[in-house]
Amino acid sequence: MLMKEKQPITPVTPMSTTSTAIEVDANGKGPSMMDDQGRAVKDRDTVCDPPEVQRPNLSMSQLSNIQDTSDEEIGPGSEPKMRANEVSVSYGDKQALQDVSIQIYDDLVTAFIGPSGCGKSTFLRCLNRMNDTIPSARVTGCIELDGEDITTSSMDVVQLRARVGMVFQKPNPFPKSIFENVAYGPRIHGLSSSKSDLEAIVETSLKRAGLWDEVKDRLQESGTALSGGQQQRLCIARAIAVDPEVILMDEPCSALDPIATAKIEELIHELRGRYAIAIVTHNMQQAARVSQRTAFFHLGELVEYGRTSEMFTNPRQSRTQDYITGRYG
Amino acid sequence: MQQQASGHTIKAFDEDIERLRALISEMGGLAEHSIGEAMRCLVQRDVEGAGKVILDDKKLDLLEIETERRAVQLIALRAPMAGDLRDVVAALKISGVVERIGDYAKNIAKRVPMLESAGKIEPLSLLPEMARIATSMVHDVLDAFVERDAPAAVRVCERDQAVDDFSDSIFRALLTHMMENPHNIGQSAHLLFVAKNLERVGDHATNIAEMVYFAATGHHIADRPGKSPK
Repeated sequence: MLMKEKQPITPVTPMSTTSTAIEVDANGKGPSMMDDQGRAVKDRDTVCDPPEVQRPNLSMSQLSNIQDTSDEEIGPGSEPKMRANEVSVSYGDKQALQDVSIQIYDDLVTAFIGPSGCGKSTFLRCLNRMNDTIPSARVTGCIELDGEDITTSSMDVVQLRARVGMVFQKPNPFPKSIFENVAYGPRIHGLSSSKSDLEAIVETSLKRAGLWDEVKDRLQESGTALSGGQQQRLCIARAIAVDPEVILMDEPCSALDPIATAKIEELIHELRGRYAIAIVTHNMQQAARVSQRTAFFHLGELVEYGRTSEMFTNPRQSRTQDYITGRYG
Repeated sequence: MQQQASGHTIKAFDEDIERLRALISEMGGLAEHSIGEAMRCLVQRDVEGAGKVILDDKKLDLLEIETERRAVQLIALRAPMAGDLRDVVAALKISGVVERIGDYAKNIAKRVPMLESAGKIEPLSLLPEMARIATSMVHDVLDAFVERDAPAAVRVCERDQAVDDFSDSIFRALLTHMMENPHNIGQSAHLLFVAKNLERVGDHATNIAEMVYFAATGHHIADRPGKSPK
């Protein structure tokens, strides 16, 4: 029992840097050491000094580079899907966002975290010009989608929002059938040439959103009759039905229970690679679980942006450290 | 390096982490005392005292279990992040190492009855000084953990060489004694193991220093700035 409990504490890590790869235990009493010390017995065979152990001359950072999963890697020279450059937003006199520069990549999920009012949702809404709907909002700076500036007046906002879809905090299906909810976008954008074409799009979208099996026999029922989690997945299906390039999610799970949340998170994982995804979340564990890049906003500034794994284990900025360890915010 | 100046919004989180640190300190104090006591018993041939050192090791085992229980509970209930997470993981690992140091004290104490009737030979006088350096390393590295003091951890690492040098010179001295008089072989062999145990205590203190450095800075000690490559 004792030994079993101890096992997790003393793993022999292959990355150990100590020069003592072989444990040496001196024991003159033979079996008497077996009383309560499992480990002492284990070490008993090797009582002589080990020869100098040859170790590869690698530093820890080199080792961790070797073992880095390609999961988080972006290929060299890979262009960001979206690039924001010194974006500032003000609502009337109030400055909501100050000089934010960030890249969003195709194969990665980017999470925006920060306390309420830090500007993360404001920034997300800039990415498909949702702030245009707020008369007092003024956006400066440059936001590019595939190298094309989307902030210019010549940009077709409807087309832009088809390319950059959005899912909101509260599930907001249209008060129409499940089928119509998904079919609406492709129909107005003229993405289907026939009824069967449209049906195929609806089916694919619902499948990708992980909802198909639950609703395939009741596509004509109202979308609002679904549970909260199902409604949110319906909204995701609706967003991906127009085959966007980027999906923005503004706290997509904050109104959902843990199981529905887990389903959405699994969905985000599956959609990654097909779409560039940016997600705003208050739940830091969620950011840690679903994203590969994290951006921390505070008081309208982008404080830190980097790999999620580093942000949550060793952030560079003390403000980030304080926020993610629960010291303020 | 990141200082964690202010407390958590949730005060109980601070208390949990403090409790974990206090447990590690307590374990360190016990282990340090055990090594010192075992050495005193060895030099003074105090068999009774040695028996007590052996019994006291149980306390360390229990404290290690308590540390593990609290660390796992803290991870489960508080989901620590960044510096906090590194601290908790370090505490978990350090408790295992300190418990091991306690085992060395016990091992030394177990030799005392076997040496009770043996005459004292000269290398015996070197061992207490070696033990003093090794235990001071343990003491200082655990202080460094409690204070999140990375430079102090580095200084502890640098002292391991002194312990290793002691080990080498005691080894040579004992070898000479064994060659001079075969009657010394039994005792010398035991003292050789004691020296080895103390040398291991120094190594373990170095291991802890590496954990403390990582917990405090998020970087491995081997990669610290200004360190010349081997």
